[in-house]
Amino acid sequence: MSIGSVPLRYKISVDHDQCMLCGRCVESCPYGVFRIDREKIHVNSRVCVACHRCIAMCPRDAIDLTERPVDYRSHPLWTPQVRESIYNQARSGKILLSGMGNAMDYPVIFDRLVLDACQVTNPSIDPLREPMELRTYIGKKPSKLEFQKVNGDMVLKTSLSPNLMLETPIMIGHMSYGAISLNAQQSLARAVKEIGTYMGTGEGGLHESIYPYQDHMIVQVASGRFGVDINYLERGAAIEIKIGQGAKPGLGGHLPGEKICADVSSTRMIPEGSDAISPAPHHDIYSIEDLKQLVLSLKEAIEWKKPVFVKIAAVHNSAAIAAGIARSGADAVVIDGFRGGTGAAPRVFRDHVGIPIEAAIASVDAKLRSQGIRNEVSIIASGGIRESPDVAKIIALGADAVYIGTAALVAMGCRVCGTCYRGLCPWGIATQRPDLVARLDPDIASANVMNLIHAWTLELSELMGAAGINSIESLRGNRDRLRGYLLDEGIMRVLDVKMVGA
Amino acid sequence: MCGIIGVIDRSRARMNGTGIRAALSEMDERGSGEGAGYAVYGAFPDFKDYYAIHVFFDNLHEAKPAVEDELSKWGVIEHDEAIPTNEHHGLRKVHIPWRFFFRPDPHLMPRSTSPEDDIVMHLVMKVNTSIPGALIFSSGKNVAVFKASGWPEDVADFYGIQDYKGYLWMGHNRYPTNTPGWWGGAHPFNLLNWSVVHNGEITSYGTNRRYIESYGYRCSMYTDTEVVAYLFDLLVRRHGLPLETAVKALAPPFWDEIDRMSGKEQEIYRAIRLAYGSALMNGPFAIVVANNESMVGFTDRIKLRPLVSGVRGNRLYISSEEAAIRTMDPDVEEISMPKAGEPTIGRFLV
Repeated sequence: MSIGSVPLRYKISVDHDQCMLCGRCVESCPYGVFRIDREKIHVNSRVCVACHRCIAMCPRDAIDLTERPVDYRSHPLWTPQVRESIYNQARSGKILLSGMGNAMDYPVIFDRLVLDACQVTNPSIDPLREPMELRTYIGKKPSKLEFQKVNGDMVLKTSLSPNLMLETPIMIGHMSYGAISLNAQQSLARAVKEIGTYMGTGEGGLHESIYPYQDHMIVQVASGRFGVDINYLERGAAIEIKIGQGAKPGLGGHLPGEKICADVSSTRMIPEGSDAISPAPHHDIYSIEDLKQLVLSLKEAIEWKKPVFVKIAAVHNSAAIAAGIARSGADAVVIDGFRGGTGAAPRVFRDHVGIPIEAAIASVDAKLRSQGIRNEVSIIASGGIRESPDVAKIIALGADAVYIGTAALVAMGCRVCGTCYRGLCPWGIATQRPDLVARLDPDIASANVMNLIHAWTLELSELMGAAGINSIESLRGNRDRLRGYLLDEGIMRVLDVKMVGA
Repeated sequence: MCGIIGVIDRSRARMNGTGIRAALSEMDERGSGEGAGYAVYGAFPDFKDYYAIHVFFDNLHEAKPAVEDELSKWGVIEHDEAIPTNEHHGLRKVHIPWRFFFRPDPHLMPRSTSPEDDIVMHLVMKVNTSIPGALIFSSGKNVAVFKASGWPEDVADFYGIQDYKGYLWMGHNRYPTNTPGWWGGAHPFNLLNWSVVHNGEITSYGTNRRYIESYGYRCSMYTDTEVVAYLFDLLVRRHGLPLETAVKALAPPFWDEIDRMSGKEQEIYRAIRLAYGSALMNGPFAIVVANNESMVGFTDRIKLRPLVSGVRGNRLYISSEEAAIRTMDPDVEEISMPKAGEPTIGRFLV
């Protein structure tokens, strides 16, 4: 017997009194929800993904969307999601795909941490009147300095490793051309250059049109080595070796052939239309000493002029792994938490593998300090950074800077519908279909991303000023300025923060 | 709010404690009667080559033998005595102040380049974190710290500081806010030859503490000021930075200023900020720090706490208030206000 259809996930309704039959909804929707027939808009709600493009485009606010309009019999264990996954797999026999970040209802540690402010005994600092320093250097720092007196002048004997200079501790993480459109990548690139920060290329190579922004690009070397040649390595401001990703720790990547158009194919250096499959491990890295060889050979290739980062997913043993990375010669370690976004990941990995970024950063920072190697690497936190207080909190837990991903996409219009893997993004972000890509105007989108980073930077300045801090390095690892609110004792021990009132 | 003062006689002519007692009392408006203290360098000419380990004991039958055991493991106690006190209406003996003149055995810490200092530092950290009822609050050579909960004049009379003589004095009048007024929390804070008096609140304390603890220091006094002593010990004694450079690491110029500097200077300051970012002290503070060679006063990078200096002859005064300096030396000359973050340094000539 057949399982039959499952209830609608979203129901679209059109207010026909409001509708003026302009047809914008029909044009907007690449999934085919709308059609005009006999002077009336007809809808097929079953194909709707809740991307909101039609709603954003409707000049009359005539479209309404309801989530889960049909109830299942309620049950705390057998949730509608669980039942539908089973129906899906019973029908297909396949691994379920999903997009964006972890969709499980785990508690968000960020939301149970509160920041501090000054009252009476010390003055808060007004960033409008006093200097406020958010400048951040990413790379190896000497643990001590040595000076020499030469003809009465102090001369520095210690030599400094190459560092990236950020005007704000907010960078944009790795989203490849292929996973996102060229217009999207150009928009992000323009924004980071303007702001004075950096972004990652992802494992998609460096398209020629991004060359003008190459001094702000971190080029990625991942397990597929797509797009990697000496030209690519030399153009980037830094190199990042990607070992793992928070959304799917332990897995590689898969860009379906449909997204490999001519341009993507030449940038990635792979045949047009072929699936781009990055293996789960790097086939030349089977342990930490192999990573060290790759770090050093990349440095040799670029004549030791630029920092090399290593990115791992936040997993149970991240702290010890990060300590190994710190000894590999790498200049920064990126920790990607289990809420990190993705274009496509098996749902079970997205939702069930890895640990939250807050706990991972706290334990990595503590481990590096206990071994006296905190200055050997910078720590970059990513995966689930949603707003400026998250940035302040994760820096207070020990990070040097953050990567944002989803937040930057949302700034360009993304509605977090989680359907990136279909390649039909109606906002022109996660798609390669020319007509959809053309919807994203880099002039506007780059300004939106710039505005977002600028706004967060202002908020961060205010939060620091209120805490009586005028330099970001005094926030870094300053867990005394955090308190846990309704966090359990075990977590607070890991975070090394006190509870509210203590 | 707190009142601080320091005076150094660069020719090492010794002064008794009468002047600084009066100066500190002049700043009673800045205190609350919950803590005051003095440090004096050159206090023990007869024992100048021994570490003068000052301890607050809660009792002598359990805590003192435990401390003696620890000291004896690492060296020889040449002499020890109760620190003379005069109980009076203003101040009761909450703890029993004691001092040991101690010589560590350098062979017991063979890996160290400064084994004696490292042994004493180890002892201070160990006693203060593991022996209940004992707190080492001063551990330098030829240095004495006198402190308690009370008004400065009461603390001075309790210890009879007018009977001590030294070529460098520091004083502190406390108004505790974020930690309780207890004897160990009174300033000056001392480790080895470093003594610190501090007015303000270090908002970067959490960062500084985690930084300094990764070098083996343990913060045990529930107050932000102790990290200052440890930071100076790390940067100057262990890393070998010149005093001015250490101050520039703790209160560095802003990046805007560094960007405007010339090549070599810019390189140095950039390196300082990169290497010592976790040592940067934020928040409002005015601090006077001393050791056996010099005394330095400086404020936070935007000078949120007052600091005034005065000079006459070989004497340099640094204080929260000009009035306090004038109380000590009515004929003081060259009163000036140091700029934010700029060190005012007095060094012994001999």
